[in-house]
Amino acid sequence: MSAVEAATPAIRKTALNAVHRQMGAKMVDFNGWEMPVEYPASIGCGVINEHMAVRTGVGIFDVSHMGDIRLAGPQALAAVQHISMNDASRLAVGQAQYSAMLYPQGTFVDDVIVHRLGEDEYLLVINAGTREKDFNWVRDNTRQFDCAVENVSDEFTQIAIQGPRAVDLLQKMTEADLSAVKFYWLTHGTVCGLENTLIARTGYTAEDGFEIYIPSDEATGARLWDEILAEGKEFGAIPCGLGARNTLRLEGKLPLYGHEISDTINVWEAGLDRFCKMEKPEFIGRAALEKAKSEGLRRILIGLEMVERGIARDGYKVLDESGREIGYVTSGSPAPFLKKNIALAYVPPEFGEVGGTLKVEIRGQGVAAKVVPTPFYKRPKKA
Amino acid sequence: MSYPADRKYTKQHEWIQANGNTATVGITDHAQEELGDIVFVDLPKIGAELTAGKTFGSVESVKAVSDLFAPVSGTVAETNQELATAPEKVNKDPHGSWMMKITLKDAGELNGLLSAEDYEKFVTEEGGH
Repeated sequence: MSAVEAATPAIRKTALNAVHRQMGAKMVDFNGWEMPVEYPASIGCGVINEHMAVRTGVGIFDVSHMGDIRLAGPQALAAVQHISMNDASRLAVGQAQYSAMLYPQGTFVDDVIVHRLGEDEYLLVINAGTREKDFNWVRDNTRQFDCAVENVSDEFTQIAIQGPRAVDLLQKMTEADLSAVKFYWLTHGTVCGLENTLIARTGYTAEDGFEIYIPSDEATGARLWDEILAEGKEFGAIPCGLGARNTLRLEGKLPLYGHEISDTINVWEAGLDRFCKMEKPEFIGRAALEKAKSEGLRRILIGLEMVERGIARDGYKVLDESGREIGYVTSGSPAPFLKKNIALAYVPPEFGEVGGTLKVEIRGQGVAAKVVPTPFYKRPKKA
Repeated sequence: MSYPADRKYTKQHEWIQANGNTATVGITDHAQEELGDIVFVDLPKIGAELTAGKTFGSVESVKAVSDLFAPVSGTVAETNQELATAPEKVNKDPHGSWMMKITLKDAGELNGLLSAEDYEKFVTEEGGH
């Protein structure tokens, strides 16, 4: 191997890589992972169809690029409490919560889902692009606790089954009673013959759904993928790529690391207050957040809907009505279900009033947008 | 899908069909497939001057923006208004969904473009489909 090759880390592949290619998926480099961005129109896919399947039926995602960190031991809870902003002491065994790990300045290491697997056992599910950084952060900042920290990312193939029919589909494949598993709870059960499979009612689509964690060998992954799609036919199940994952999460205003949250954006700016428990006496970032709160916000995350013709994209400038630059778009896209062009953007608080008119600079032109309430999409409550 | 032999192609994946002093321009099947669901087509104003190889507009899929490049120099005579409300037609019928008609500045520029056969070869070699 040449020096150049040695310096450039090889692109990483999930156990389902060959399956995606076989299905004709368009593959892209996502944070060092070769992932399907969309599946072909010839099998009824494409970003819009995939997005609609999740809103109206069910879609299947390979999310094995997500990382997993296991903390176990007598002081596991104390360790989790120290490194995360939500209150993990509120979790019952079998419950999960959205949270984030912060730097001492109150900005984001990453957002995480904390799962309480057992009395003294937690699983943090983290982003693909920050796997190593996150693991090192957790390990280095939990040394004082009597608790083992393990990077178990490579042990699982993670498949997300998302949409209003996800529960019907997965129930066909497991004897675990899914009706007893509420949103953001988890259970263990046999799925397609795989005993003791972790089944979490979580996702990143602003829809009901499940994520299952199965052994990471290629044969098991391929078998489950095919069986889920076959069993899901009656519910209109199709495979979905990162393209739809992004538009789905954007409609639901779920943050994406490097966009709405990053190491330069703090919790208050990102509007994630309700997941940050300041009544917790201590966690990394708390002191800085207390100070930031007393100083007031310089920018806030707002929702925009394009009024004039044009699509706001990540990084585009936001202008006030006079054309002065006041902020930037963190994520922007057509919203396939809402059939509008939407965006999330950081602007000074005085421009955040719902109903106000701003502009997004698109190829040199200021295109009108209005400030709208977020999330753009909320899933209908079950009757 | 095969590429019609009645027109020329560019390495930026546009097609151009000349008829005397005028020509019709669109994007290829390969382009629409690479882009995915097309949701927006931004075309120049009538009368705009185009320079071969320079951008004249853009086409957007759900996930990305791509520039459109003028295959040859000329003046915009007409744009396909239908694409403003139904951009997905480019996905369904890329070689029938024209984007604009232009008056050619120098018909000789067409000679420098790819034939259908050469374009197909180019797409295959580029690692397409």
